[in-house]
Amino acid sequence: MIGYIGSRLLRAVVTLLITITLVFVFIRFSGDPAAALAPPDAPQEVIDQYRRALGLDQPLWKQYTAYLGQLLQGEFGYSIHTGLSSAQVFMGRLPSTLLLGGSALAIALLLGLPLGAIGALNRGKPIDRFAMGFSVFAFALPNFLFGLIIILVGALVFQTYVGASPDSFVDVFFPALTLGLASMGAFARFARSSLLETINAPFMVAAEARGIGGRRRLLRHALPNAAIPLVTLIGLSLGGLIAGSVVTEQVFGWPGVGQLLVRSVATRDIAMVQFIVLAVAVTMITANLIVDLLYLLIDPRIRSK
Amino acid sequence: MTVLTINGLSVALPSGGDRALAVEGVSLSVAKGETLCLVGESGSGKSVIAQAVMGMLPPQLPITAGSIAFDGAPLPAQRSDAFLRLRSVRMAMIFQDASASLDPLRRVGDQLEEIAEVHGIDRAARKRKVAEILQAVRLPDPAKLARAYPHQLSGGQAQRVVIAAALLLDPELLIADEPTTALDVTTQAEILALIDDLRRERGTAVLFITHDFGVVSDIADRVVVLRQGEIVETGAAKTLLADPQHPYTRTLLAAATARGAPRDTERSDVVMAAQNIHLTYGLGGLFNRREVEAVKDVSLTLHRGRTTAVVGESGSGKSSLARCLLRLEEVTSGTITFEGRDITHLHGAEMQALRKRIQVVLQDPFGALNPRRTIGSAIAEGPIIHGASKAEARAKAEELLDLVGLTPQAFDRHPHEFSGGQRQRICIARALALDPDVLIADESVSALDVSIQAQILDLFRELQARLGFTMLFITHDLRVAAAIADDLLVMQNGRAVEQGDAAEIFANPQQPYTQALLAAAPGKDLPEVSAA
Repeated sequence: MIGYIGSRLLRAVVTLLITITLVFVFIRFSGDPAAALAPPDAPQEVIDQYRRALGLDQPLWKQYTAYLGQLLQGEFGYSIHTGLSSAQVFMGRLPSTLLLGGSALAIALLLGLPLGAIGALNRGKPIDRFAMGFSVFAFALPNFLFGLIIILVGALVFQTYVGASPDSFVDVFFPALTLGLASMGAFARFARSSLLETINAPFMVAAEARGIGGRRRLLRHALPNAAIPLVTLIGLSLGGLIAGSVVTEQVFGWPGVGQLLVRSVATRDIAMVQFIVLAVAVTMITANLIVDLLYLLIDPRIRSK
Repeated sequence: MTVLTINGLSVALPSGGDRALAVEGVSLSVAKGETLCLVGESGSGKSVIAQAVMGMLPPQLPITAGSIAFDGAPLPAQRSDAFLRLRSVRMAMIFQDASASLDPLRRVGDQLEEIAEVHGIDRAARKRKVAEILQAVRLPDPAKLARAYPHQLSGGQAQRVVIAAALLLDPELLIADEPTTALDVTTQAEILALIDDLRRERGTAVLFITHDFGVVSDIADRVVVLRQGEIVETGAAKTLLADPQHPYTRTLLAAATARGAPRDTERSDVVMAAQNIHLTYGLGGLFNRREVEAVKDVSLTLHRGRTTAVVGESGSGKSSLARCLLRLEEVTSGTITFEGRDITHLHGAEMQALRKRIQVVLQDPFGALNPRRTIGSAIAEGPIIHGASKAEARAKAEELLDLVGLTPQAFDRHPHEFSGGQRQRICIARALALDPDVLIADESVSALDVSIQAQILDLFRELQARLGFTMLFITHDLRVAAAIADDLLVMQNGRAVEQGDAAEIFANPQQPYTQALLAAAPGKDLPEVSAA
């Protein structure tokens, strides 16, 4: 078990280091930050001044070690446009993105898991086909299209702009529904196949032969076993909480991290982009780590490895 | 006193099956303290009968005629809640795969207690009953075992736990559906003895389902032989085993007693040999690395045209040995020679050229064929890769299909259109398509019904006589080894325990392990029967 935890932690650290390196490399090679930073008509001397100020005249490996050193000290650079530290700008945007992503995940789970269970328990019946048809539809519907339809209906029928500011229930619910619909479809289909596999497993037949009633078999034996593969899927969605809402935030004009990312890329706000990409990578890695550790709790087979 | 009476039972199959009724007009009874063996191959309807008794027939398999009475009273309707009070309390069932019939996420003791709990037994009595029954099935350290999870049990321990679960509430009837088929012979012998002892101690009526007449002869009081849903023969075990009437019974019996006629093939030149080979696997990750020695210092000589059987229980290293000879695993030390040439570390084009001369037939004929490819393309693929033209490969494939007893029409068909036995014939044809010098058969008949097993073994022998290839036959089944081997290698824990002439070893085993293995094989008391 200690070996398992150790190897997962090591893997997380290595992944993080690779991500940091890739971010560093790509940003250096995607154009000269100094030129982007300086006024468009600045003479070469001014640009060179900027380069020196940013340390860009140093050899690459020195820049890299300096960059790592800064990261370790919690210095993430300053957003060029606001002049604030990039971490500060990010943190300002984070709550509204978490609100959107969290609500979306909640909607996806609350609708998707029961839908999948209903499908599995009524396998092949019309209700199963309806549930699965609906989840495929939800999965396939592009969220920019669904978001636009919501906005259009809101504006034309209810004379209101949905999502203008995330403070009323409607303004949170519809963007969250837009974002959560696709994962709901995925959850439903995954939950259905996972549950189908367990309810037909030999230990379920054996439990029936031992006189254990249908409801108890389902709740005590089938659901916990069916939940194991779902944990991975939910963990991956947790990892996507920050980065997954770029399109939806654009559509609804939602003041979150996704919108910030789009704007920072467009304006070549390097420190900002760097920070967001790092933050996304860290959430992904953390979510995966949590899933791996969660397996220790729920699956005795992994515990004894 | 009769516990179970089945009278004229017929169960329908869904339309479009290979027959209209899964079970037709079956009558049988089991008395208190008696073991009735229900013998049949896959598809004979034996498990359907068990399901009907347990009230677990799916709606697609309705009872169309007949009745089942338990202790004189008719059973409730299939799948009705009334059965919840009968199961475990008055009747219980155990299955072939014991570890799969336990919930992997819950402790063994909790799962046993749950059975008592749902049948309304209070907490204190539950704990006591579980402790008692774990003791009764002779598990070492029952208290510790109760805290274990299913994956921590060995196959034999899992089967004991499942038997404990079945007998926890002391039911009058125990249905055992092939409970020892997946176990090693020594474990099988222990479990059979346990079931028999518990029956005697508790007076339980046992309905024992099996395909193996060896098991029947060890455990049965009475026997019912089932074929395609109908009873072909029934009677007291002693009389039926001594004097089987129906040809089908004789076929099954012959499979259980197979003793191969000794063949006078001289030990000719050596085709392939292994000297002192070791194979060590590294397991685990960076933090908990450990090594498993799968093969320890095994030497082996394959003589041209002869068959060497490698027998051993699971984990004995017999399949690892085969993988070494196939050069699918790199041996840790030792040498492998082919026609005198060292091939231990051969690679690249030379290895590629050698591959066609050593071919393999695997255990599972369902997994071994790509379901999307036609039989013909599967067989012709090898020759084409090794340079034959399409027309040549096709001609060769059709010839081989004929040789293994299939029609050339099979060429354009897909695997799902064939039965397990037919698929194994296809796999053999595929292996032979490259005219190998050595054919390695890894448990190649273990997944097949016994009567089909006999046919495939015959086919191997026939083809060998005709084509003269050398064979290495890996099997856990001593009867299979006896039927096919000229030479024998007995393995245990990665080591060669005993090796030499097969007939001699079977007649006069020298090593204690070989003796134990032979003693544990079911059906020692069976008279020799030749198939009608």
